[in-house]
Amino acid sequence: MSTIEQFRQDTRAWLEANCPPSMRTGMAEGDVVWGSQNPQFPCEDARLWFERMRDKRWFCPEWPEEYGGAGLNEQQVAVLESEMRRIKCRPPQISLGVWMLGPVLLAYGSEQQKRDLLPPIARGEVRWCQGFSEPNAGSDLASLKMAARDAGDHFVVDGSKIWTSYGDKSDWMYALVRTDFSVPKHEGISLIVLDMRSPGVKPQPIDLISGKSAFCQVFFDAVKVPKSQLIGPLNGGWNLAKYLLQHERKAMSKFGEFSLPSHVDLPGLMREYVPAPQSRSEHALHARAATCAMNEHAYNLTVQRMGEEARAGDDISGLMAIMKYVHTEQERDKFEVLIDAMAGHALGWDSEVFSEQQMTVSRSWLNSYALTISGGSSEVQLNVIAKRVLGLSDAKKGVNP
Amino acid sequence: MSLRYSDEQRLLADSARDFLAARSPVSAQRRLRDEPAAPGFDPQVWRDAVELGWSAIPFPEDFGGLDFGCQGLGPIFESMGRNLSATPLLSSVVLGGSLVHLSGNPTQQAHWLQAIITGKRRLALAVDERARHDPSRVALEAVVSGDGYRLQGDKFWVVDGLGADAYVVAARTRGQAGDTQGISLFLVPANAPGLTVSALPLIDSRNCARLQLDQVQLGGEALLGTLGNGWAALETALDRGRTCLAAELLGMAEQLFETTLEYLKTRVQFDTQIGTFQALQHRAAKLYIDLALSRSALMAALATLDQAEQDASTRARLVSLAKWKAGDTAIKVANEAVQMHGGIGVTDELDVGLYLKRVRVAQSCLGDRDFHCERYSANA
Repeated sequence: MSTIEQFRQDTRAWLEANCPPSMRTGMAEGDVVWGSQNPQFPCEDARLWFERMRDKRWFCPEWPEEYGGAGLNEQQVAVLESEMRRIKCRPPQISLGVWMLGPVLLAYGSEQQKRDLLPPIARGEVRWCQGFSEPNAGSDLASLKMAARDAGDHFVVDGSKIWTSYGDKSDWMYALVRTDFSVPKHEGISLIVLDMRSPGVKPQPIDLISGKSAFCQVFFDAVKVPKSQLIGPLNGGWNLAKYLLQHERKAMSKFGEFSLPSHVDLPGLMREYVPAPQSRSEHALHARAATCAMNEHAYNLTVQRMGEEARAGDDISGLMAIMKYVHTEQERDKFEVLIDAMAGHALGWDSEVFSEQQMTVSRSWLNSYALTISGGSSEVQLNVIAKRVLGLSDAKKGVNP
Repeated sequence: MSLRYSDEQRLLADSARDFLAARSPVSAQRRLRDEPAAPGFDPQVWRDAVELGWSAIPFPEDFGGLDFGCQGLGPIFESMGRNLSATPLLSSVVLGGSLVHLSGNPTQQAHWLQAIITGKRRLALAVDERARHDPSRVALEAVVSGDGYRLQGDKFWVVDGLGADAYVVAARTRGQAGDTQGISLFLVPANAPGLTVSALPLIDSRNCARLQLDQVQLGGEALLGTLGNGWAALETALDRGRTCLAAELLGMAEQLFETTLEYLKTRVQFDTQIGTFQALQHRAAKLYIDLALSRSALMAALATLDQAEQDASTRARLVSLAKWKAGDTAIKVANEAVQMHGGIGVTDELDVGLYLKRVRVAQSCLGDRDFHCERYSANA
């Protein structure tokens, strides 16, 4: 038997023995475990699954052993992932440290930084958040202004970050800061990491039109950050950010495989709320719903096709560039139909008059407005497709999507 | 089910592309339009395509076919779309030939399949009776008469109907328009007394006909399949045809999109390429997205046609998804192609108009967007 086949058998046997059956089902939002200084577990099985995977070093199986990984090669990681998919294992934890910062540290961190920062991530002991966007730097991220002033052995950081998910619950942040105001905007940015408990750091949760959210604005008032916490070269942060965002896309596509079940089953809800269409407007609603369902079907087939093409070694960059736009726009289109079909039932707010399902629809609908903005707005996505995929050039110099 | 062309299909696509680019480019289609020959396609090109084996692709080896399945037709129809090539592959092979293969008795199969595969004879399918496709509404009446049947009624939009050697005519032997039960299929020779074939010239300048059947008397051997049970085979053949049209539509849309993109990069107004304008960039990006979604739907439909264990409802859903998406996308691309080309876009000199016209006909043929949207929902 080949080594890799042996590895598959061992992995399969280990997962069968160690992944509790309750960890092989779809997840609700409250079931997510975040690696953290004080991890919270929804149940005892989740803790067991977390600890077993941690001890196996399979939170980040491809990382070198000296930094806390299992040192698996690419082929072994693919086997592990496929075996986990096979029995529908939940991710034992969700960690921006593993998915986002880790790869950057491995590629650009100093030896000391790797030894200090990676092993705690690999053990799921630190919850990381991302400090990129600012109130005046959204789609145009490179115009960020949060200052890290040179003060000898440390930086002094002043400014604020916004749309930081779980900023109030995280232990550490990786952030883009401006270290030089005198050069073109892409050339004066650096990447730093900082302890969220440092004096002067103040996270403040943001309420959205859909209600409470995970987003925070984080204020920084003369926060001292040791220079040893600069990642990569001074003023070289933009390249690191681009590298990191590539991993975000990869991580999102992996997360997609474990994706939470959609709350919104449009055809099912249509059957429930407009069961036997009578009037012309009810027929028209059904026709609109059918169009949404068909577009969603075509999208799902495209996800499947992209996977097949990737495995065959085809260039899938064009398909990858459209995915975010298509999915989020389709979600919003779906809600437009649904809100019309459910009407008053979907417009309720905090009342026992409405069922949990109805409230979920209202909240998810309002939340869908954020989907077409966050992570690169639809307009930025279209710019990216036009320029990078279709090769149309930009009239305005100096703008990179 | 694979959503990616196999190596074999890629080879076929390459050879079809080279052949059509050399023998049946858009300029040839323009010539056919301006010097109309009776069949609406170039018979020599068709003979050569037959030599290449295209007419044998979907049929089993027992009948002289290549047994490649319907998947083999996808790359060819895409290439035909790209080059705007006209051949009777859809009418005679995919629709007519499929029905003889699916429903015919050994005598009928022996008589027709080899003749179709070798291109010696052509079949055409006569199903629709109104402008909009709706096969269950077949009303043309067939009654038992003597040892055979007598047919009375009209047919509309018979693809490649002029000059066909015979027609597969869907007729009602029981029930009413709208019933799927009670539809029977008949092989009607072109020279049957009482049959009148007349041209129905459409904007795409291809071969299209109307049939009038006035007390057409047929022998018992004309029945294809069993009496009143033609629906299942008819739908199977129509789904093959719809998928092939979806492939042709996608081929046309991709070609038009590339042409238009090239124009955006070269046309200069206000001292800059018009492709630098964000208003046009975003519209182009949205077309690219629709093309990508159409391709996924097409690949799924092609794959489902050859799955032996596939139920009719799943097949109907995937085929309708592909025809709906490819048709809708091709219309959007064609409309935008004209608009983005500006003044030259509405001239006959530019090929864009030829594509636009064929897109509109192919989109409407065998079920338009709305038809397939409804059919998709009905098969949920």
